[in-house]
Parts: sequence; C-alpha cells; structure tokens
Amino acid sequence: MENKTREVWVFIEQRNGKPADVSLELLSKGRKLADTLNGVLKSVVLGHNVKNIAEETSKYGADSVLLIDHPELEKYRPLPYSRMMNKLVNEHKPRIVLFGATVIGRGLAPRVASNTVSGLTADCTDLQISDVTYLKKEYQELLLQIRPAFGGNIIATIITPDNPVQMATVREGVMELHELDAPNPVKIEEIPYIPDTTDDLVKIIEQYREESKVNLKGSPIIVAGGYGLGSKDNFKLIHDLAETIGGEVAGSRAAVDAGFVSPDRQIGQTGVTVRPKLIFSIGISGAIQHRAGMQDSNKIIAINPDPEAPIFEIAHYGIVGNAEDVIPNFIELFKHKLK
Amino acid sequence: MFNSIVMVKQVPDTANITGKVMKDDGTVNRSMLPAIFNHEDKEALELALQVKERYGGTVSVITMGPPRASEMLKECLYMGADKAYLISDRKFAGSDTLATSYVLSEAIKHIGEFDFVFAGRQAIDGDTAQVGPQTAEKLKLSQVTYAEDIQQIENNSVRIKRKIDGGHEIVEAKLPLLITVVKGANEPRPFNAKFLMIYKNAKTLLDLEKIANENSLLVLEDLVNEYKEKNLYITTLTTEDLPSIDLTRIGLHGSPTKVHKVESVVLSGGEAVNIPPTKEGISELIDTLLNDHILG
Ligand SMILES: Cc1cc2nc3c(=O)[nH]c(=O)nc-3n(C[C@H](O)[C@H](O)[C@H](O)COP(=O)(O)OP(=O)(O)OC[C@H]3O[C@@H](n4cnc5c(N)ncnc54)[C@H](O)[C@@H]3O)c2cc1C
Repeated sequence: MENKTREVWVFIEQRNGKPADVSLELLSKGRKLADTLNGVLKSVVLGHNVKNIAEETSKYGADSVLLIDHPELEKYRPLPYSRMMNKLVNEHKPRIVLFGATVIGRGLAPRVASNTVSGLTADCTDLQISDVTYLKKEYQELLLQIRPAFGGNIIATIITPDNPVQMATVREGVMELHELDAPNPVKIEEIPYIPDTTDDLVKIIEQYREESKVNLKGSPIIVAGGYGLGSKDNFKLIHDLAETIGGEVAGSRAAVDAGFVSPDRQIGQTGVTVRPKLIFSIGISGAIQHRAGMQDSNKIIAINPDPEAPIFEIAHYGIVGNAEDVIPNFIELFKHKLK
Repeated sequence: MFNSIVMVKQVPDTANITGKVMKDDGTVNRSMLPAIFNHEDKEALELALQVKERYGGTVSVITMGPPRASEMLKECLYMGADKAYLISDRKFAGSDTLATSYVLSEAIKHIGEFDFVFAGRQAIDGDTAQVGPQTAEKLKLSQVTYAEDIQQIENNSVRIKRKIDGGHEIVEAKLPLLITVVKGANEPRPFNAKFLMIYKNAKTLLDLEKIANENSLLVLEDLVNEYKEKNLYITTLTTEDLPSIDLTRIGLHGSPTKVHKVESVVLSGGEAVNIPPTKEGISELIDTLLNDHILG
C-alpha cells in the first residue's frame, strides 16, 4: 500500500495552554524527515484557546497546522481526542505521525494506530528515512523506527512496509530541539469539532500536579548509581558525591526497581535522556537501554569492579574498582583540593 | 456485581538476561530465559479481585501465548480468579501489538459480557503500553490508563485515581471500561492455600491431549467434559474456536510493523582513560577535571 502523500504530522500535546517539550522536539525531528521526503511538516493541535500554540509550532519547523479548538478539548480525554485524531488520519492518510511517549501520547497513539490499522513503534531512539528491501521487495522512503530491543545489546530497526501510515512514539529529551531563526508564516487550517455522545464517558474530576523538583535534563553534573550499589544504604554514597560536587542524583532502572532511588530519576530509554557536562556512572553495567539515555554526555566517568562492563566502552574515564572504596576517596581528595 | 476480564502476559525475565542468552547471531534465545508473570498484569488482577470482593461478580483471566503460559494462568486461579482462558495457536506467532490486540479483542467478544477489562500498563519485554489502548479501541470501549486505585463504583460510574505526567488525576468513567494498571498500584495477594490445592490440578486442552495420548483407554472429549464439570478446565481457544477472526490480521503477516534489522551494538570501544583506583589515580583525575573546568 503505497502512500503518495509526503506529509509528516506531529501531535502537539498541550497542558494548561502550554505545548509539551517533547512535541516541539518532535517538530525539529519531523522537519528533517519532511525535508528528506521533500514533503511538508504539519502540527496537529487539539485544545481550547490554543491558537497561540498553533502559531508557535512554526518556530520549530511546522509548515502548517491542523487545529481543532473547542471547549470539550480543553483537557485531554481519551475518547474525544482519539475520535478526532482517527478521523483526521483516516481522511488524510499522512505518511508519518509522531507522538510524544508521555502518559497522554501512550494512551492516544495506540488507539489511533488500532483504528487506522497503522504500524506503531514505541520509544524510538532514532528515526530515519531510507529505501528498504524487505522480503525481496523494494520499498521507497520508509520510516526506520530504531529502538533498543529485548533486554540485550541489540538495536532493532522496525519498519511498516505495507500499511499507509507509519507511527512512532519518542520520549522527551531524545530528539534535539532546534528553534528556527526565520520561520515561515504558518498556515492554520481550522477543523470543526463534532461532538459525540461518547465524549463524556470519562470525566476529569480533579487534577493535581506534583511538580517534581528533580531537573535531570537541565543539570550540568549528574551522579548516577546502579544496582551495583547493593542497597539503599550504600546508595547514600551517590548522594554524598552528588552533594560534594554539586550534581543531581540519578539511577539505572535496576536501581529504581530495587527502591534505591525514585522513578523520576531514572536515566535511559524508558526514563530521562540527559546530556550533561559530566556524568558519573557508578555500579551501572551499561545496558543499551541505559546508555540510550546518557551516551551523548560530554564526559562520562565509570566506576565498576568489572573491567568487562559495557559502560567502560562509552566512558571517557574508567575506574575499575568498588564504589565503597572509590567514592569516599574521591570526596575526601576533592574537598581537600578545593580548600 | 461486576464481571471483569483481566489480560495477563507471561514475559521473559528481562532483568535476568545474561550474556549466555544471546545466540551467536545476536538474537535472543527466549527458551533460556525464565518466564515470569508480568508484574503490572498481576497488579491489574489484584485490582479486579478487589472489585469482586467489594461488589461481587466474577474475574476471568485471559492470555495470548504459548502453552507454557498456562503456568501463569494457574497462578491467577491460585490468587482467586474464577476462570482462565489460554488463547493459543501457532498462527498467532509473530503478532505485533496491533495483531495481538485484535486477537485479544476477538477472544473477549467470544467470552462475552463484561463490565471491566483490566490490563497491566505494559509488559516488561517491550514496554510499549500499546496493547491495552489498542484493545479498547477495537472493542469500542473508553479507557483509563495508568490507574492506581478504584475509589468507588456508583450508578455505573467508576471513580479512579490515575497517574498523569507530573501528577495525578481523579476521573469518573462510565462502564463498560478498559483500565490499565500502573506499577505500584497495589501489592498483589499471595496464593490462597485452598485455591492452590484445588487448581494445581487444572488442565489445558493440550495437557488433556497428552494424557489421552498416553492412555488409550481415555477419550479426549470425555476428559475435557470431566475437567469442565470439576471446574478444572483452562479453556483453550484457537483460531478454530474464534470463527469470526480474520486470519489476514493475525501473526507476522497481519502485523503492520516488521523487524527489518537487528544489530548487535558495536560500541566505540576502548577509548576510556583507565584511572587506577588508588588515591594517586583519583587525585590526578580530579586535577584533570578541575583544569578542564568540568568540575569546580
Ligand atoms: C524495554 C526495556 C526498557 C529498559 N529501559 C531502561 C532504562 O530506561 N534505563 C535503565 O537504566 N535500564 C533500562 N532497562 C534495563 C536494562 O536492560 C538493565 O537491566 C539495567 O540498566 C541494569 O541496571 P544496572 O546497570 O544498575 O544493574 P546491573 O546490570 O545489575 O549492573 C550492576 C553493575 O554494578 C557493578 N557492581 C557490582 N558491585 C559493585 C560495587 N561494589 N561498586 C560498583 N559497582 C559494582 C557490577 O559489576 C555491574 O556491572 C530496560 C530494559 C528493558 C527490557
């Protein structure tokens, strides 16, 4: 099923009248994909009083906007949103649709894929356009949906060769944001909202935000600890080092699962992606899903007793040793030098 | 009284993958991995059992998977589920999330009336969180994802606390409804000793086929009926039991997403400056970091 359109769409998630960072990051990526396809980039904005968001998307590369502005859409609810997205995708059959892998995106994208019989790949760490030979057939300009797969050290490239619409979700921070110096004036196409009896099946009674004080993404120095710390007690070493050098504490998923550190501090494919000036990786083996979230850091210092641990292969400085020995020495020497 | 169907999955224990599980060609040797009950699905089952305790009704569990997934279905029975369904057919092999949700939705239609469909938010082997919402769409159900708690059910309306990005939300949703349950929602109950004694003898169709094959005096049909009567039969559904299923929409062929390439990751390798774990080594490293203005 060849898709003749050259449209790349990005669903723009908004909360309280502000676009989500990940949506803008996806526009930057979408711009590149659209350029490779010689196509157009469209942002899809649903909400209430969100014309300003529609306009803002041009700064990140959108050529035009599909806007549905209606009080019923003020806050995300699964049915009106998926119903309208289903309709848009079924009518226009864009070639590519991208969603942020947020709570909203992960609720919405699968419904739209299910309804429109589209391929959907979750948590991609890279997206490219390429010609592909699959089962001896040639396909032109497919979306390569690249993600680490299945536990081990493998990267899978997923394609959607035979269905017209190719969809993917991407986590916040994975794609880089580019604000254009001279954006083109944006064309806004307003689409009427059609109410439906199913819209009120889910009603929001109350929302409360617990703004996380954790700002891993914006932190120039990060001290990340893994399962190798062995216990929550021992994980204090990570906090001590972070405090000494003025960094944020982070962890691997195994450390999060073991309760050493809170989930909002998880680095990796299914956590936060960071690119700090300096990151310590201590007691972390360096599984691919973990590396996906930190390998672009400016300087990586790995501390691990296992010289074969994969983390050493991306580290700039490697210390083969135990956290319990190395960290106290580091802290003591550092404090001494600053005196 | 509410009837719930819980979608559960047996998953490879990805936390325990060792180097040996990788074959030489870089693919994963699934049979070497211990198979476990996906934890968020277990929490979904726990929530369904709580609904049953508070309001009455039944809990059925359903899984699409290979025959050995019946081990997990038995665990569900030990916890208090009333009925278990194994959806198993070689034709399902290679299904992506879309094809899987299609099979599950067809099986759920076959099972019949329900008020709730529960599922874990995601399974640890892929972390996609797609199958729940995709199934909801196919069943034309509304959905509440990332649920943590059911606060009350009144007049066909459920009040649910759910996670959202950067906080929580209380929603009120009309039944029927699909709910996905997020990690940490509850502590799944241990096996009930009484149920364990009863259901350890539960059998799938394949189990009974084996017994019948080994003993020429036994007739499969009679065995199935006997186990059904004793309520020890794990209903096994194949494509033949789901006549409305469209075979072009299942398995690898019915999956829009295909694996084009799997690569072992080649790391840049060996560029790390090796710092000895001694005071001298660490001291030199700190000097370098300070000189380069990375620290300090
Ligand atoms: C779909 C999917 C998504 C995933 N997403 C993520 C993700 O976003 N982020 C993530 O981190 N993981 C993720 N994972 C999990 C990932 O595959 C690894 O299991 C995890 O990163 C391992 O964490 P770890 O390195 O802390 O633990 P381990 O792999 O157990 O490594 C512990 C390390 O500590 C070392 N050690 C032992 N003793 C000491 C000591 N005394 N001092 C110092 N070091 C010591 C050991 O040599 C070892 O290298 C995901 C997995 C899957 C399947």
